[in-house]
Amino acid sequence: MLQIFVNANYDFIGKRRWFYLASGGLMLLSLVWIFFVGGLNYGIDFTGGALVQVRYDKPASVDLVRRGLDEIKLGNAVIQQFGDVQEYLIRLPQGGEKPEQLSREVQGALSKVAGAGVEIRRVEFVGPQVGRDLQLQALYAVLAGMAGILIYVAFRFHYRDGAVSVVAIAHDVIVTLGVMSLTHREMSLPVLAALLTIVGYSINDTIVVFDRIRETRGKGLRKGQAWADMVNGAINQTLSRTVLTSFTVFLSALVLLLFGGEVLRDFSFALLIGVITGTYSSIAAASLVMDWEIWSRARARAGGKVSAKAKA
Amino acid sequence: MTRRLWLRIGIVAVVAVVAVFYLYPPKKTINLGLDLQGGIHLVLGVDIDKALQMQTERAGDTVRATLEKKGVSVKSIERRGVTELTVQLASPKAWADAQTALKDVPIFDVKDADQPAGRFVLSMRPREVAGQREWFVKQGLETIRNRVDQFGVAEPSIQQQGDNRILVQLPGVQDPERAKSLIGKTALLEFKLVNEGANVEQAVAGPVPTGSELLYERRVDKQTKEERRIPFVVEKKALLTGADVANARVSIDQNTSEPYVSLVLTGAGGRLFADLTSANVGRRLAIILDGNLYSAPVIRERIPSGLAQITGSFTSETATDLAIVLRAGALPAPVQILEERTVGPSLGADSIRKGIVSSAAAALAVVFFMLIYYRLSGLVADVALALNLLVLLAAMAGFHATLTLPGIAGVVLTIGMAVDTNILIFERIREELRSGKTVRAAIDSGFARAFRTVIDTHVTVLVSAAILYQFGTGPVKGFAVTLAIGIFASLFTAVFFTRLVFDLIYMRGRRVESISI
Repeated sequence: MLQIFVNANYDFIGKRRWFYLASGGLMLLSLVWIFFVGGLNYGIDFTGGALVQVRYDKPASVDLVRRGLDEIKLGNAVIQQFGDVQEYLIRLPQGGEKPEQLSREVQGALSKVAGAGVEIRRVEFVGPQVGRDLQLQALYAVLAGMAGILIYVAFRFHYRDGAVSVVAIAHDVIVTLGVMSLTHREMSLPVLAALLTIVGYSINDTIVVFDRIRETRGKGLRKGQAWADMVNGAINQTLSRTVLTSFTVFLSALVLLLFGGEVLRDFSFALLIGVITGTYSSIAAASLVMDWEIWSRARARAGGKVSAKAKA
Repeated sequence: MTRRLWLRIGIVAVVAVVAVFYLYPPKKTINLGLDLQGGIHLVLGVDIDKALQMQTERAGDTVRATLEKKGVSVKSIERRGVTELTVQLASPKAWADAQTALKDVPIFDVKDADQPAGRFVLSMRPREVAGQREWFVKQGLETIRNRVDQFGVAEPSIQQQGDNRILVQLPGVQDPERAKSLIGKTALLEFKLVNEGANVEQAVAGPVPTGSELLYERRVDKQTKEERRIPFVVEKKALLTGADVANARVSIDQNTSEPYVSLVLTGAGGRLFADLTSANVGRRLAIILDGNLYSAPVIRERIPSGLAQITGSFTSETATDLAIVLRAGALPAPVQILEERTVGPSLGADSIRKGIVSSAAAALAVVFFMLIYYRLSGLVADVALALNLLVLLAAMAGFHATLTLPGIAGVVLTIGMAVDTNILIFERIREELRSGKTVRAAIDSGFARAFRTVIDTHVTVLVSAAILYQFGTGPVKGFAVTLAIGIFASLFTAVFFTRLVFDLIYMRGRRVESISI
């Protein structure tokens, strides 16, 4: 039978500093990139503005679209080929056109200049107020998602595990955002949906490991077995599960990316990144739980000594 | 077989049958979102302050009339802010009479009274303001619903959103621009007399005579398509409004074969119209919609019939739409488009095709993977997956949930996540087998021990889906719904159903030496 990681026994805990370094480094890099270099490319859902998707009935070019838009003084629009050479996406910045007339004007101007039929396939208009509202709500939504999971994990396991879960989720979301920024992908409502899915899903691998740690502990530590060995064992024993479950979702997201069409492209991409980061971050998360435990025990022992001295 | 086993088989069978029943036929039962079937999604903001200002100004006229009826002469009434009026009496001597007379207008409180100067401020009572605010939105909702009904859209959805927003969803509309202008038009119809004494050129250049205003008529030349704007000076006071119109329909002029809108006035409106026409023979009566003058015909004689008509440069489409908005009534407050998402029908069809292709491809990939990796058990998981999708789609049909493009993405993800549960269980069984347990013991403890993890992983995804539902709009909500239902369904299919099949294969009678996992 087909098996992966049977009796896996990698020394994750021993090398955990490398995992911290990788996860922390990626997170830091992402933050630096987002805040100082690339920024987040907010779509009209969040900034307000208008978007028109048009399809010519014969091949066209970005230049042709631009010349058409110049007719109605919208030459400053961002034009992007969308799928094949007949289809284009026109983005108009905030404060431009009145939504009532926009698509009729665009259609008229484009087909006049191209001498071809132009179909308006999609129009989106988001007013400035709605956009601002959404930006804030999006942040709240992600934070609320993390808070919900913090509470659940803390309730089912330990507050320590809840806190570590949130760190892991924050890592997954931040790195995903970093990659979105790096690849100039657009932040839209579907991408936000992907982020929230990541919040709920990427933690699953971590929970599988936590569950195993709890189970092993329930049996009682074998004499002389250190926490480190137990956590390392838990990671190794669940390694096949972690990788396989992520793999099936990875597969689904990949299929969406390849066949789901342009509209879902950024959404599936974000999901794909989130699934990957969610998988490897579970190892760092489990290690973090262990270090937390070791640290708090050491502190308790130190505290005990102090009080013993005080008595003496 | 034991009775318990039969019961479990029964449950699965019933679920499957009910699911098929709900789902059949899929074209009718699955509710497609606007992004899949094409249509318009509009969020309209109701400009309540603007409407309140207008309301306050109208109330100012009532106040003036009330005061003058009691013999109190008023120098001026001006609106201050949104809901206040500054009243300046001609003489402070009439103060007491004025205060008594105001008891007849019980929507205002008097404040900032300055008796020696004969000046006071009327402030609309907060309860009145709150009531008005609510009414503007409710009435706007009702008016838009009327218009949409008359326009003829299958299954429109018109709802209030928040305090002052109206969400309008019109599936399958062919001409979005027309629908938008029909919905967004305030449609305030007014009949005003043309100020014949005023010099139009002077009014265009300089100040408009008091009590009058300058309005324009748009005229499009039939040959050159050139648009001209012709100025008119009309009296500010509206003699009749859309509220006096009982019915409106499109007619065709016998001579010019041009369409026009004929109006039937209400009983009271008809009497007013008869009076005003008899008093103003020879003058022009301007017909104005939302501040645009449509026509200003000369009154030739008293019109007792209560019939009027609006002519202008209409196409049959614009005339039809005007008749619709006049029948449905004016919006009490102007609305503004805050958000629009329009998807053409061809793009929707494209999205459906891509959705089906990607769902099928994802299902195939996952099914093959499970089959290769877990063999017979993989096959069981695959059947469970099929059952999951069946239950998911049936639940969506049953709850009248809407399938959107992100919703399809949710289905595809569900495919990936649903087998996760089986992977967790199977890996656990393999582990138990390795530790030397018999097949049956391994299955037992595999299911039992994995169950806890499965619950935990399900809850975290549910938390996300719930927040997404709370937060999201249209399509994103659709994604949250699919995700949540898929997660629930997988508890049933991946745990309950898979366990049943395992019990049927491995747990009966004879000893089992090996398991294909």
